[in-house]
Amino acid sequence: MGMITLTINNQKVEVEEGLTILEAAQKAGIYIPTLCYLKEISAMAACRMCVVEVEGAKTLQAACVTPAVDGMVIRTNTPFVRKARKTILELILSDHPFECLTCERGGNCELQRLAEEFNIREVPFEGERTKMDPDVSTPSLVREPEKCILCRRCINVCSEIQGVGVLFPNERGFKTFIGPPFGEQLGNMPCALCGQCTLVCPTGAIHEKEQIEDVWEVLDDPTKHVIVQTAPATRVSLGEALGLEPGSIVTGQMVAALRALGFDKVFDTDFAADLTIMEEGSELIKRLEKGGPLPLITSCSPGWVKFCEHYYPEFLENISTCKSPQQMFGALAKTYYAGKSRIDPKDIVVVSIMPCTAKKFEAQRCEMVDSGYLDVDIVLTVRETAKMIKQAGINIRNLEPEEYDAPLGISTGAGAIFGATGGVMEAALRTVYEMLTGKELEKIDFEAVRGLESVKEAEIELPDLTVKVAVAHGLGNAKKLLERIKNKEAEYHFVEIMACPGGCIGGGGQPIPTDTEKRQKRIAAIYNVDKNMPLRKSHENPALKQLYKDYLIKPLGEMSHKLLHTDYAARRKY
Amino acid sequence: MSGVFKVTEQQLKKVDSILENSERGDLIPALQKIQEEIGFLPKEIQVRVAEKLNIPLSEVYSIITFYALFSLKPKGKHHINVCKGTACYVKGAERILQKLKDVLGVGPGDTTDDGLFSIDVIRCLGACGLGPVITINDKTYARLKPDDIPRIIAKYKDMGTKDFEAVTQPREATV
Repeated sequence: MGMITLTINNQKVEVEEGLTILEAAQKAGIYIPTLCYLKEISAMAACRMCVVEVEGAKTLQAACVTPAVDGMVIRTNTPFVRKARKTILELILSDHPFECLTCERGGNCELQRLAEEFNIREVPFEGERTKMDPDVSTPSLVREPEKCILCRRCINVCSEIQGVGVLFPNERGFKTFIGPPFGEQLGNMPCALCGQCTLVCPTGAIHEKEQIEDVWEVLDDPTKHVIVQTAPATRVSLGEALGLEPGSIVTGQMVAALRALGFDKVFDTDFAADLTIMEEGSELIKRLEKGGPLPLITSCSPGWVKFCEHYYPEFLENISTCKSPQQMFGALAKTYYAGKSRIDPKDIVVVSIMPCTAKKFEAQRCEMVDSGYLDVDIVLTVRETAKMIKQAGINIRNLEPEEYDAPLGISTGAGAIFGATGGVMEAALRTVYEMLTGKELEKIDFEAVRGLESVKEAEIELPDLTVKVAVAHGLGNAKKLLERIKNKEAEYHFVEIMACPGGCIGGGGQPIPTDTEKRQKRIAAIYNVDKNMPLRKSHENPALKQLYKDYLIKPLGEMSHKLLHTDYAARRKY
Repeated sequence: MSGVFKVTEQQLKKVDSILENSERGDLIPALQKIQEEIGFLPKEIQVRVAEKLNIPLSEVYSIITFYALFSLKPKGKHHINVCKGTACYVKGAERILQKLKDVLGVGPGDTTDDGLFSIDVIRCLGACGLGPVITINDKTYARLKPDDIPRIIAKYKDMGTKDFEAVTQPREATV
């Protein structure tokens, strides 16, 4: 590709052809403020914050969409540009509620940051205000249309990345709002509740339904035995949410922090992830022997499961009957653990720390009561957990790492990698291979299923069979893969699907912002966690062996079926 | 809209044949043709469009609510166009529209609950010298004052029960 030279603020800048002015400026280290623009997601020129002067152009140009051309002379910081940007900001603010002190995104809001940057002290424009009630119809997400600045990032991520397309602009002009059609609430829509929209929203217009107060309440209740489980991906992102470098591993500090918050026991979803591998691995072997239904598709990602129920009901028989690790944990906590520790399950409260918004929905699914109680009571995102830790005055930097409690806190590296795309597949292959061959796996790392490529494929040689597997992350990629399977263009035995790009490390409940670079760092961290674990195969987990010996008897046995497996039902697409 | 409106089998067949010959990129022309057939775009038809063209229902609805030419409600038996072109605007079209809203209880893009009247705002009927102008069905009313409106509406209300050709396509409806 050819190189071009342009002048930005009297500085000669040489960049490759095909970039926008914004990208060229960024390469040269020149800052242009943006609001609706989001790298890899959205360049809509909707907000106009990035306007610049281009010599020869009659009007200011939006840097995020204007191609950089050889010989262009650009100025990003003139009185005219500054005044235009300030006016644009004031106009946006003229229809924005001044609720920053009580807003979910207060302190982490792009609009707030720009208002500060531009030294906005008053909004000179007074006019009509958007009046719309918040939408609290789902257990996962809350929409606050009055806080929406119509940037359309959520639309792009929902349609283009996730292939869902529930959120679109409605009406036009001043009446425009982003939301579901027909004035519907999100709860009535075929929304996966993946929460990718919450990661890209620059303001507080869409965010998780917070349950922080519910957790404080049970922690303060002496009659409750409150236990907590931490999802695989949380140990590589909670630190980031608390200001540490992306990719920081804070497993032990997280345990210490949760104990300090007052949880009676700190357990690990990784334990249940190992358990999932035992059950799902056995299910795969059974389906391979029985001849179907294949491919077996993973069921850990509740956003994916809900998506499938809405859009691909024909694949429901392919989804593993295994509950997700979160739900397996809950069901065992109120049966096995309750019995072992002689605590009445009605007094046990299970709290989950999840990288996910759909997990809040999953915990509320009507099937998830096999323990005789709601298996999981409260689900917090990583962001909410970070807020609780801050509220309690705990500084994660000062904490000595602590160990999880036994037995539901004992896990292997295979459980940890559930947090990254390809991880469930890899964990399953480590176990299924050894289960089927009785031989020790020579190379434990399945590199072919790792990384951010949209759909990954691999073949694993077993004595009588070459097992063909595929991995997709992000619902848009999942859709492409399912279409290929549906049209018989591809055939697999085992498929892993995670709703969010990158897997759970890129989940809708993760720190904001979450972009490709941060996803990569979190993925690298999670494979480091795996590498440093003494045990890296689920079937070697001693706590699991004990669990099967004392309670479940065997994978896919009667108790497993009662507590650890579930079924699915088609949901409305319209 | 309290009236019962049912898309006929025949109309559905036409809708399907329009969609048969359309692709994803043809959304707007397809919606135009369908509206010509049915007179408006009810939800069940939007679902059909979404399904056949493989477009999210939210996107179909988004397009329909963006363009003024698409209607979510059937037009009234008597369809009123209020001209807000420059000349009519200057001569007080806004006050005429306000009076219509007061008398009928609905605004532009909407239809009265009894299905008798609907209002749209349009730009310039080419009768600038006669402004402000409205049309009701195919009849033009010129040089209007707000006080003229109740009398005109009353006349159409009287006509309402009699046989009167609707502006929209024939439909199987009890309104």
